[in-house]
Amino acid sequence: MQLIECPWCGPREEVEFHYGGQAHVPYPDAPAEVSDEEWAHYVFFRDNTKGRFAERWCHSAGCRRWFNAVRDTTTYRFERVQRLDDPEPHATEPARARRSTAS
Amino acid sequence: MNPRTPGADLPEHPDFLWRDPEPKRSYDVVIVGGGGHGLATAHYLAKNHGITNVAVLEKGWLGGGNMARNTTIIRSNYLWDESSAIYEASLKLWEGLEEDLGYPILFSQRGVLNLAHTLQDVRDSVRRVEANKLNGVDAEWLEPDEVRKVCPIVNTSTDIRYPVLGATYQPRAGIAKHDYVAWGFARRAHEAGIDLIQDCEVTGFATEGNRVTGVQTTRGTIAAGTVALCAAGHTSVLTDMLGIRVPVQSHPLQALVSELLEPVHPTVVMSNAVHVYVSQAHKGELVMGAGVDSYNGYGQRGAFHVIERQMAAAVELFPVFARAHLLRTWAGIVDTSPDASPIVGRTPYDNVYLNCGWGTGGFKATPGVGWALAHTIAHGEPHANVAPFTLDRFVTGALVDEHGAAAVAH
Repeated sequence: MQLIECPWCGPREEVEFHYGGQAHVPYPDAPAEVSDEEWAHYVFFRDNTKGRFAERWCHSAGCRRWFNAVRDTTTYRFERVQRLDDPEPHATEPARARRSTAS
Repeated sequence: MNPRTPGADLPEHPDFLWRDPEPKRSYDVVIVGGGGHGLATAHYLAKNHGITNVAVLEKGWLGGGNMARNTTIIRSNYLWDESSAIYEASLKLWEGLEEDLGYPILFSQRGVLNLAHTLQDVRDSVRRVEANKLNGVDAEWLEPDEVRKVCPIVNTSTDIRYPVLGATYQPRAGIAKHDYVAWGFARRAHEAGIDLIQDCEVTGFATEGNRVTGVQTTRGTIAAGTVALCAAGHTSVLTDMLGIRVPVQSHPLQALVSELLEPVHPTVVMSNAVHVYVSQAHKGELVMGAGVDSYNGYGQRGAFHVIERQMAAAVELFPVFARAHLLRTWAGIVDTSPDASPIVGRTPYDNVYLNCGWGTGGFKATPGVGWALAHTIAHGEPHANVAPFTLDRFVTGALVDEHGAAAVAH
């Protein structure tokens, strides 16, 4: 079983953790004012990167705290983990749609 | 007299079922993905619409992705009208597929039991049976003693953690030999003159305004009149190249087989609450699967604790399996969508069609979606069976929410 490094507790077994999907998806500043399409993108659309991916994880059976991680989705190897209050910038560059989803 | 080298007297190499051609410079239709869906689409393009200037591009080998990795369950007992329409159309095609393909696919209609373990399961299941009947799908509700008659090895005693309170039963459901299905479609497509091009990975698209003009591949650029994406777990890799966002997440989905056993399991059993599904393949292995691994992954493997849990569920439901040995485990990459329904049809590009989001249940849809996607490509309009499954339903809100509703295991 893979060991995941919790930034507070240290390495723990994978079964103690809960996956939280893509990291750094901002809640819209003015949710009542966004278009249906923008809202749909906030609710349903996430990057599905093959390779290095910035994610949220929760040490749900341990300290129960959330943290960010960069993990390779092809090898499942964790590259780094980062506390949410870490002053270092978090590694991400979410993909941006170049085209509208509506068709 | 020279002693013969052991093994030297091999028979002639058998004929290939399809050619392995060099790609031409241009095709009317380029299908990306040589799995079940891509091959079925190619077959029905030729058979139903007479379109044969078609290439199927496959980055590995034909039928080597999820087509080789699924647990081959075929059923149509989905809750919502939109879903039961496409899955039932597919099941009807399965029933004549061996004849259509002229190739054995070992389609065995041995029925499927979807077990209910809680009162809410029972209510949902009975509702689904009634919905199925209204949609012309064969369905019955079985009490525990009737479950035992259909499948005597299921533990229907009341002293297990989640007792079996009954099950839905679809007698026309079953399993098929997945590899033979892929080969059957490939052979027919090849006979129709369609090029099946393996070891050919798409690396980019040439676009002009709202049209894709060509597909860049590891074997050169191929001009395309129409492009259909049938890449399952790798759909996002392609749509990222096109700048289209698609709300799918790729997860490992694991399955396993036991060693070969005498026939012990006469049907297919699925349980969402305890979470395992099991059938016995023609050769004798018990074939099992469960839910996806939680994290996104493209690695075609998963974590062992997931396997451990599904075997625990299997042994709880089938005490006789406790003596069986695990032979091997593997994973496919499934593209799950937010409402557990597929995404098929138009994209922001006029001549690119999408077929993805089938998640854990794409195998059963193989002929049905091939038929509908071929129609969509030939007419430039979505076939009625896939029309509800648009990409823009996530904006309009017209979701087809099969999460939990249709015994979809996630």
